[in-house]
Amino acid sequence: MSPLDNTYEKQFKVIGTRPPRPDGIEKVTGKAQYGADLYVPDMLYAKILRSPHPHAKIISIDTSEAEKLDGVKAVVTSKDFSKFSDNKPSDTLVNCIAHEKALYDGHCVAAVAALSNTIAKSALKLINVEYEILPHVTDVDEAMKTDSPIVNKGYVLENVPKGFSENVTSYYEFGHGDLDNGFNNADLIVERTFKTEAAHQGYIEPHACLASMTPDGKADLWCCTQGHYNVRALCADIMGMESSQLRVTPSEIGGGFGGKTTIFIEPIALALSLKSGKPVKLVMTRDEVFKATGPTVSSSMDVKIGMTKDGIITAGEAHLRYQGGAFPNGTVEMGAQSAFAAYDLKAVRTKGWNVLTNRPKQAAYRAPGAPQAIYAVESVVDELCQKLNLDPLEIRIKNAAKKGTKSSYGPTFDDIGLIATLEAAKKHPHYLAPLEDNQGRGLSCGFWFNFGGDTCVTLNVNFDGTIGVTEGNPDIGGSRASISQMAAEELGISYDKVRTIIADTNSLGHNEVTDGSRVTFAVGLATIKAARAAIKEMCKRASLIWGIDEDAVRWENGSAIPAGPNAGQFDPMSIEEIAALSSQTGGPIAGHHEVNAEGAGVSFGVHLADVEVDKETGSTKVIRYTVFQDAGKAIHPSYVEGQMQGGAVQGIGWALNEEYIYGKDGRLQNAGFLDYRIPVASDLPMIEPVILEIPNPGHPYGVRGVGETSIVPPLAAINNAVSRATNIRFSELPLSPPKVLSSLKKELKDG
Amino acid sequence: MRYVAAKSAEEASNFLLQETGVSRVLAGGTDVLVQMKSGMIEPDLIVDIKKIPGIRNITELDGFFRIGAAVSGSEVKDHENINKMLPGVVEALDLIGSTQIQGRCTMVGNLCNASPAADSVPALVAVNAKVNIIGPQGERSCNVEEIPIAPGKTSLKKGEFIVSVDIPYRPEFSSDAYLRFTPRTEMDIAVVSASVAIEMSKEGICENAKVVLGAVAPTVKIVGDASKEIVGTKLDESSLKKMSLKCVEICEPISDKRGTVEFRTEVAGVLASRAAKIAYKRAGF
Amino acid sequence: MSQVHIKTKINGDNIEFLCDPEETLLDILRDKLHLTGTKEGCGTGDCGACSITLDGKLVCSCLVLGAEADNSEISTIEGMSNGEKLHPLQQKFLDHAALQCGVCTPGILVAAKSLLEKNPDPTESEVRYWLAGNLCRCTGYDKIIKAVLDAAKEMRG
Repeated sequence: MSPLDNTYEKQFKVIGTRPPRPDGIEKVTGKAQYGADLYVPDMLYAKILRSPHPHAKIISIDTSEAEKLDGVKAVVTSKDFSKFSDNKPSDTLVNCIAHEKALYDGHCVAAVAALSNTIAKSALKLINVEYEILPHVTDVDEAMKTDSPIVNKGYVLENVPKGFSENVTSYYEFGHGDLDNGFNNADLIVERTFKTEAAHQGYIEPHACLASMTPDGKADLWCCTQGHYNVRALCADIMGMESSQLRVTPSEIGGGFGGKTTIFIEPIALALSLKSGKPVKLVMTRDEVFKATGPTVSSSMDVKIGMTKDGIITAGEAHLRYQGGAFPNGTVEMGAQSAFAAYDLKAVRTKGWNVLTNRPKQAAYRAPGAPQAIYAVESVVDELCQKLNLDPLEIRIKNAAKKGTKSSYGPTFDDIGLIATLEAAKKHPHYLAPLEDNQGRGLSCGFWFNFGGDTCVTLNVNFDGTIGVTEGNPDIGGSRASISQMAAEELGISYDKVRTIIADTNSLGHNEVTDGSRVTFAVGLATIKAARAAIKEMCKRASLIWGIDEDAVRWENGSAIPAGPNAGQFDPMSIEEIAALSSQTGGPIAGHHEVNAEGAGVSFGVHLADVEVDKETGSTKVIRYTVFQDAGKAIHPSYVEGQMQGGAVQGIGWALNEEYIYGKDGRLQNAGFLDYRIPVASDLPMIEPVILEIPNPGHPYGVRGVGETSIVPPLAAINNAVSRATNIRFSELPLSPPKVLSSLKKELKDG
Repeated sequence: MRYVAAKSAEEASNFLLQETGVSRVLAGGTDVLVQMKSGMIEPDLIVDIKKIPGIRNITELDGFFRIGAAVSGSEVKDHENINKMLPGVVEALDLIGSTQIQGRCTMVGNLCNASPAADSVPALVAVNAKVNIIGPQGERSCNVEEIPIAPGKTSLKKGEFIVSVDIPYRPEFSSDAYLRFTPRTEMDIAVVSASVAIEMSKEGICENAKVVLGAVAPTVKIVGDASKEIVGTKLDESSLKKMSLKCVEICEPISDKRGTVEFRTEVAGVLASRAAKIAYKRAGF
Repeated sequence: MSQVHIKTKINGDNIEFLCDPEETLLDILRDKLHLTGTKEGCGTGDCGACSITLDGKLVCSCLVLGAEADNSEISTIEGMSNGEKLHPLQQKFLDHAALQCGVCTPGILVAAKSLLEKNPDPTESEVRYWLAGNLCRCTGYDKIIKAVLDAAKEMRG
């Protein structure tokens, strides 16, 4: 039976309103404590020494001089980790600290803990590392060639086709139908190659942690993270600890977007703390964040799509080559799955290859793998529309995936909101607004799977009838408010009676990371279930007090009432009244729910972008932008809008300006906010969000995750807008002015 | 590292002269501190000049503005008369960075950092600004363009530092404009820049012009040939085109993470033409 | 390396401290004085998360040496509210959901306050350009701009 109540038809009292967030005042007054804001007595400051070479054998590391420096309390290298576990060092550990080889520019080689940052920095200079420089490779296509330097041996999976270097570690294929037949039936086929460069999530808060580990094998770890249970699991594995010995407390987090779903510095801090006998604080600098955390993959893609002259897509094919740094990852699988997800196709095939390079290990950045693949597909669809003189929005509607469509990656869709978002875009004044000279309009669909995962929530009823909700997912977008709203709605009480906190790893069972757009869905679902469990218990207590059967009591508007006239004449008993008597009726009242949540609903979106291109300089200005997205049910509309707007602007930055720039020497040239150019306030217009609500049958209130989808459409929306404004088809991101201008000049010369 | 706050220009000069290690003058700090952070420089001595009497003042003297070396960009921006007479200089300074950077940065610091992409330099050169220097040999002056000699290097001798900038008043029917190209609307280093200062007759004929380009060569480029193309004209399209071409011809930029040779060269011409048009309009025509 | 003795006024309070010559004002505020509302996002003046006002000027505290702060008046985010009373900007940020993760928020509030003191009736464009030095990665700036304009309207009475 579908968890979705037909309650979405009912009048929600708290859901859909915009109450103040519980952490709001702390954040606007500067009181909120982020990763670097904790100071404890006797604390040491740590700094990391990083490889300046993109690929080098580490012959020796001499830390003796550094250890002698006054004020230095501990120095660690990879050797310090071998005693924690007999297992082969995991990829995660080797990414945190280099073992035999430095695998990318910025790879950690050693670390120091000292009485001050100044002393720690000085100590780094005294560490002597002998490197044997090896040839490096940073480009995805170069790394696939059989003569490429090999980055990291031993990862090639069995199904990888022959003919590539050992850097190609995995291969995926999805699709159905007869491609050849499909292309034969097309009136026009467009085939293009696309390239995207790596982007960084660009969260304003650098990674920071404070570790305190004692010789009895116990540790306390404070860190900014999207998933402290995952931090616990990864660190415990590395440090040879059991889960209960390591307590991880998440700080408030200053942005993550997927980049803080794993660990980079935490084991280092733990090892330094153990060795020095003191708490150790380790904070990354901004250039370390760019060099040694998890940017996205960069890609090289071929897309071929066939369309009839009345706009039916007859066949779609995509080949995706993604590099994600020196360790394997599965992002290209998700790219291959999502590439054609917005379309109802008879013939579709996607292939993906994962490639290793001398770059930092990639991490998720909202919808990992999808922005690249969908950028390529949506650009080709737009080109087909332009060449066939068909309305790009109409064509999307004509070919759109809907309930019953067998998706390009296998599953058949249930209720989905794609057509609703497309229809909304079609009616919107933005789509009908006239364009001026040098302006162009682009659109793109977007998609993300969304996930469920392990979730634990405990809901406690205090003696005064107020509610404490304890959950385990760091709040990166306002989820504490949404969780409180769902608890309040379910219990029939007002929002201000509920307080939701995020507890440490000791307080609840395992919680999956805050990712996959899962929190409002999964934690919400668990909260609703926990509330229902508490309600059941409260009804039972009322029945005890009234001396009637448990079944004869039901819950309404925040009170227990007799279920029917036969149950007896009793006045409703409010939460406050039941709670006040809870000790006498058996003890304090709580409800809890632990689940591996399933039933997450996919989220579709459409973006409309208007740009103006300065044809003399190649500069692009975004002049109007509208985001349409299906949220299933918007619990707190302000935070849904926030996700839509934030993701859109990240995508705009990725399309226009953001890229990792590597020199021929394999080193990152723009490891700072000066030359890694994220959008600034003056670059943008207002971003108009339009929320659609097609309920997800898998959630009691119909919630779909919204956090990730909105980074997907901007890449093609901007690309298509610039392509139409200039009448040149671009196929490489970012659309930096030198690229655009050089294409414009070439057009002028040729045409 | 040691920090001293000089109480007079002579004291500052002396500190700089006596220091055997690496020293840096500190006014706004928006270049020095960034370079310290990155490890590019490791000063043994920082000489803070902000406490020197008069060094934070803007004074209007007989026919020129004297701007103290520690006057911040935002203070110049707020000065009514400088805004009226030298809008190009003001807008150049305003573009050095964010509002926060504006609260600290100085035109002299920008000049002495000697980046080929410095925003203030083309604009100051276009309006014939001079700098006043104090050193072991006493006081001396020179043109702004004589200061930067290579990326990161100035012509200042040991113990010398700039105490003020003198900008002559502009005649009637004259104006200036500064444009630069950046990928974002703010916060970026100029990929290429152009400053044009023109003096017009009251009938609208250009009598004098100075066209100066930034970020197209190791140091600022005064394009005499470009100026010649618009002198004697009403800045019509054809003269502006010729002027742009002369700009393009002298460019010798590099390709780096901010722009290619082709891009910088092409856009230098575009910006010079646009800046000239703005100056023309500002001069009242 | 001998330390420098500095006397300042921070959020109206007389504060004295000792600092190493190379410590920045940001280091002092956070590590020494535990005023951690001001954040380090980049350390190089590119993100604005460390914004404070120094003698009434909006600056990046990561680009000021602690030693330079002698005899100066400093305002940080901690001085923006008055006991229980939030500044209108702070309230409007909450009302408009103009923050998500909130780490850029202190810097933006300090910067916005500085703008409204100088220009009580800014246009949308003026607000955007004034705040260009404050990076936000979560919100896309939309609700921030709306909150600032709304606060300006309220403060004009």
